[in-house]
Amino acid sequence: MKSKKTSKATFFVVLVLILALTFTAFFGISGYYGDIRQVYIKGAQDIRWGIDISGGVEAVFSPDKKVDEITSADMESAKTIIEKRLVADNVTDYEVYADSINKQIIVRFPWTANETSFDPLAAIKKLGKTAVLSFCANTDKSTVILSGSADIASASVGVLTETNEYVVNLKFTDSGMSKFKTATGKYSQISIWMDDEMISAPSVKEQITTNNAYIEGNFTAETAQDLANQINAGSLPFALTVDESKLQVISPTLGANALNVMVIAGAIAFALVCLIMILRYRLPGVIASIALLGQLAGMIACISGYFGGLESFTLTIPGIAGIILSVGVGVDANVIASERIREEFRNGKTIDGAIAAGFENSFNAVLDGNVTIVIIAAVLMGAFGNPDSLLAKIFSPIMALLGSSITGSIYSFGYTLFVGVVFNLIMGIYASKFMMKSISRYKVFRKPWLFGGAKNND
Amino acid sequence: MTKFNIDFNKTLKWAAIIYAAVIVVGIVLTCIFGVKLDINFSGGTRLSYTYTGDLSVSKVDAAVDKALGTDAAVSFNTSMNGSTKQIVITLPGNNALSTEKQSALTTALTTEFKSNNIKSYDSNSVSPTIAGTFFAKSIVAILIAGIFVVIYVGFRFRNIGGISAALTAFVALILDCIVAFLACTAFRLPVDSNLIAVILTLLGYSLNDTIVIYDRVRENRKLYPSKDTSELVNESVNSVMIRTIVTTVTTVMAVATIIVVAEIFGLTTLRSFAIPMVFGLLSGSISSIFISGPLWVKWKNYVATRPVKVKKSKKK
Repeated sequence: MKSKKTSKATFFVVLVLILALTFTAFFGISGYYGDIRQVYIKGAQDIRWGIDISGGVEAVFSPDKKVDEITSADMESAKTIIEKRLVADNVTDYEVYADSINKQIIVRFPWTANETSFDPLAAIKKLGKTAVLSFCANTDKSTVILSGSADIASASVGVLTETNEYVVNLKFTDSGMSKFKTATGKYSQISIWMDDEMISAPSVKEQITTNNAYIEGNFTAETAQDLANQINAGSLPFALTVDESKLQVISPTLGANALNVMVIAGAIAFALVCLIMILRYRLPGVIASIALLGQLAGMIACISGYFGGLESFTLTIPGIAGIILSVGVGVDANVIASERIREEFRNGKTIDGAIAAGFENSFNAVLDGNVTIVIIAAVLMGAFGNPDSLLAKIFSPIMALLGSSITGSIYSFGYTLFVGVVFNLIMGIYASKFMMKSISRYKVFRKPWLFGGAKNND
Repeated sequence: MTKFNIDFNKTLKWAAIIYAAVIVVGIVLTCIFGVKLDINFSGGTRLSYTYTGDLSVSKVDAAVDKALGTDAAVSFNTSMNGSTKQIVITLPGNNALSTEKQSALTTALTTEFKSNNIKSYDSNSVSPTIAGTFFAKSIVAILIAGIFVVIYVGFRFRNIGGISAALTAFVALILDCIVAFLACTAFRLPVDSNLIAVILTLLGYSLNDTIVIYDRVRENRKLYPSKDTSELVNESVNSVMIRTIVTTVTTVMAVATIIVVAEIFGLTTLRSFAIPMVFGLLSGSISSIFISGPLWVKWKNYVATRPVKVKKSKKK
């Protein structure tokens, strides 16, 4: 009946792994190469915070067209496209206001004054571009063959197998396909333009009748993705310009010291949670606290990007709500297991029996509770995230009926919740079980009191 | 060891009455105070002023409230090159602020803060950043999630009749969301994207709470296959009671810590997040203990006795 015994050393192995993860996730690993800070592992300080917590940049865009030629519908579609571009660039916290009387669009996105990894000016310039991809005859823009989203359905990044070169794959709409077919039969050279910049000018070898094409243009993975995003987000009805002297740095909308307050509150709350767990459950409470620390560290790592090259997720209040919920659920997983161990122990089981039965009997409750939350998180990420993501594509038949409404804050809630619950399954179920079984093999810890029994007898 | 022994079938009536009372009081308070929509939801007017020297958000906020008689959100901007500082005032509302009111506000600010050299800079009337389609989409997303959850719970709890269990779990969930919303309006907090985050949090928390109870029912059903449903649920709820209390105390305390720390530092903007959250979390545990389990028993008994009742009524 007895399962294979967990080794005595397991506890220390798991503990060291969790502590290592915690240390690196919170403090990161970075070195200085001269004056330049090289980040190997991103710590909590590298997390990008939302406008609500650490402030941002505000830009007022004005159209480069006569004001009375612009309709309110144009303004709304411009707003939607700007939102899509922001989400495609991983900026999930933004505010885009359309003023259809003055014909201005106000965009706010997070940025702190000392942030160097993100160039707000470049981002703003990119946002204002019309981003019309057009195919023209020969090498000038005088004869446009096809252009814009009426002719081009979608774009994606591809790699040419022969040359290992990055390309942007295009899919034409029906009208685009027929225009392209006529043109490739007629012209010997076709140029491809993004707004007023020529990307490439391939010569036509034969008439093309399929709805696919790809663009070469000395792309890197990044520039190809950029172009594909721009095409997919759609083109603005007009170009938008920003008076750079009027760019504003905004203070955190929650208040100037919001970040410090959140960090202090979080640290106190976490300490109190551990204290309650330890006071009530004693040894299992200590194990639960270690597992919770591991869960929190795992989430921080997923939000900051952890590895030097990855982008940080923008953390906002809804994102923090996701963290609180998943820590709450993590506490619950540990409470369910610890309570069960205590119950089994008081019902007369041996220490080993109580631990084994406690984890076994609580497994289903924890699993079902967590899977339910994963379902909710996945649906939210699909419904409110970037429409090109895998999850969004699964739900697109239903969500397409409602028009696009990308809301970064809900997406960030779904994201933090999702990673939180995944780490809860790892830490709350497996790590704590291994640690518990292993530590209970040490004689010093085999005291009934430590498992919730009476102090002096069984 | 403390053991609970409450007959939840008897307390269901009281729980329902208390919930009804709380909801009625909440609705009355909401009607009195009105729902304060954030500018992101309602659209409104954004005014900006340049200033010099130092100003505090709370003082400007008080001055704006006094001049216009409505609530406004105040924040400070600095230009990218650091040369000018601005006050940004956002006023939610369906109609743009009239020019008279704008100039009244300008006069009030310039006289109140004479030394700060306040000058009107810009005025925008803006559409809601979060449109009506957002709400439609949220509801559809929640419904889709709900359908998946019902399917999952129905499958995992098939030996105790999972679909009906999932549906009563949703009754409890809806109550929790109503409580959170009413807490928000009763405390005169603005309805903003923070509240949406709270409601989403409750969605997960409340379901999890109910599932833990159902898990015990499922387990006990295997141990006592012939036991009466109401007795089985009662025993199960009583035995997970301690767990529910410990978890609730722990999570509520964590959120309460945020409120306390935020208040100490004067960060009142966190209220619209933390206060509805505390109420919703409390309701989440109470409703899963006192509503969803016993309601499910009622449903089960109703289904089981329905044909009998029909016969009886025919005899009469």
